[in-house]
Amino acid sequence: MKKLFALSTLLMLTIAVLSACSNKEGEKVFVYNWGEYIDEDVIALFEEETGIQVIYEEFEQNEDMYPKIESGAVNYDVVCPSDYMVQKMIENDLVQEINFDNIPNFKYIDSTYLESASEFDPGNKYSVPYTWGTVGILYNKTKVDEPVDSWDIIFDEKYQGEILMIDSVRDAFAIALKYLGYDLNTTNEAELEEAKALLKKQYPLVQAYVVDQVRDKMIGDEAALGVIYSGEAIYTSRENPNLEYVVPKEGSNVWIDAWVIPKNSKNKENAEAFINFMCDPEIALKNFEYITYSTPNFGAWELIEDEEVKNSPVAFPSQEVLDRCTAYRYLGEEMESNYIQKWNEVKGE
Amino acid sequence: MKMLKKPINRTPSQKHGALGIGGIKWLSFPYIIWMIGFIIIPLLVIIYYGLTTKDSHLTLENIALTFNQINLKALRLALELSLISTAICLILAYPLAMILRKSKMKSNSFIVMIIILPMWMNFLLRTIAWQNILERTGIINTILRFLNLPTLNIINTPAAIVLGMVYNFLPFMVLPIYNVLIKIDKDVVAAARDLGANSVQTFMKIILPLSLPGVISGITMVFVPSLTTFVISSILGGSKIVLIGNVIEQQFRIGNWHGGSGLSLVLMLFILISMAILSKYDKEGGGGGLW
Repeated sequence: MKKLFALSTLLMLTIAVLSACSNKEGEKVFVYNWGEYIDEDVIALFEEETGIQVIYEEFEQNEDMYPKIESGAVNYDVVCPSDYMVQKMIENDLVQEINFDNIPNFKYIDSTYLESASEFDPGNKYSVPYTWGTVGILYNKTKVDEPVDSWDIIFDEKYQGEILMIDSVRDAFAIALKYLGYDLNTTNEAELEEAKALLKKQYPLVQAYVVDQVRDKMIGDEAALGVIYSGEAIYTSRENPNLEYVVPKEGSNVWIDAWVIPKNSKNKENAEAFINFMCDPEIALKNFEYITYSTPNFGAWELIEDEEVKNSPVAFPSQEVLDRCTAYRYLGEEMESNYIQKWNEVKGE
Repeated sequence: MKMLKKPINRTPSQKHGALGIGGIKWLSFPYIIWMIGFIIIPLLVIIYYGLTTKDSHLTLENIALTFNQINLKALRLALELSLISTAICLILAYPLAMILRKSKMKSNSFIVMIIILPMWMNFLLRTIAWQNILERTGIINTILRFLNLPTLNIINTPAAIVLGMVYNFLPFMVLPIYNVLIKIDKDVVAAARDLGANSVQTFMKIILPLSLPGVISGITMVFVPSLTTFVISSILGGSKIVLIGNVIEQQFRIGNWHGGSGLSLVLMLFILISMAILSKYDKEGGGGGLW
């Protein structure tokens, strides 16, 4: 009994001390980011430096994140959606303007990316780019002996069962549309039907439709060709030197993931402090080295020591490659469900 | 077996019958709260969402989604695969339960333990493990290739999904059947043999009818999760094979709760129908619980 008493006293004391700690500072920031999309040391560093406690949560797809923000069930302070989703959130009045006076490190963000970002966030008022990249083909040199430079190859019957297609509506259609020579933001029904027919023809050739799994499957020699985000390509070729990434000549999607502050945020200044911290070159570099997704932070880029990475055409493609790539625009609710319907027809019929 | 006859010690509350029953009733209170909060209310919410549009007008549109070509196909395929898996489970489980009934007590509980053992590990992990086993460069194929045998290519096909269903849900078929079979009084079987029934007749006229409640609860416990699964089909089917569960999951994921609920209602209807059919055969009234 005595023991129990001592134990409970101890427990109570601990709780009291802990709550006193957090009460004294009491500052919190609720962050909602993609899975495995930050170096976790960075969070600890931020907490240490600012005394603001970070409550960190993750999502897997833009579409998973959106309903949660929309319903307002949780008051997140910082969220990291992709371009077209940022636009959707702006249009639906779910995000608020950022006070850039609180983000001095914003000056490290390369103006090229701000210009691309203004496609979905005119005037760069709502978002701060965090990472960016392209969508391309990852191929296994031991299984493909011809040069890979076109989307053509993932529609080639020769590679039946050797293709890992991306399981994401916009990306899948972007590939088909680019291959056919159309705009990947098209709303033209005839073009979309044509893209659908092409994807349907591809269906029997596809081994599996995947998003995150493509990484491990390609490393494990499971397939010859896979559609992948450029950010994964550095990691995969590090793990399996036979893998090479290419952005096809027809062009592709260039995407930007950016920090935004939801309208119902209760700790806006902490959110801005967090975003500012993420823009610090040293921190951005730390994140880049950990997640290997390209950083739009030229301060961080300058700090990269490994020349090979610094000049890597995968992580930092040339302007010539980027000119072929297009960013997504939000196409409205009706078009969105039209795309989804067509994608279901590809897989379901 | 000997019955131990003990004098029953009545506690004061049991002496006053009314008080005792009151006490027992009070105990069910948390369960009632649980049922209302986590079964009844969500069900009502699903019905509400299933029958309304985004601006809360009454509609049958969501239900009608079922008759969309793609969804109809997904539903048909889900029914097909879950029926196949249920049949396979039954074929595997019944003889096993019979063997267990006849074997000695010690090895018996050991085998039951073996059957339950995998359930200690998370269902998702086990399914992902199957992916690694069945993959082209997976364990089975590596061994086959080493032995210069033709490789097995069932990953991302309906066969892999059926395998996943059978593997995951087999214990739910074995246990209820086993539970019913061991409760069959040996004297009843002995009497049948005494009266001249051969082993086939004994089985058909005594054991099988008496085990039906277990078979029926086994079928329900395998059929229902198989019909509604979306995890097994997306992990072992490589997202190439779309079952009705995947369609519903996608509806919820893109934020269309109305469409997802409408389809769920239709699925519930199918489950209710199958249970109604089964309960016709279950004259004992659900005697074969899982445990």
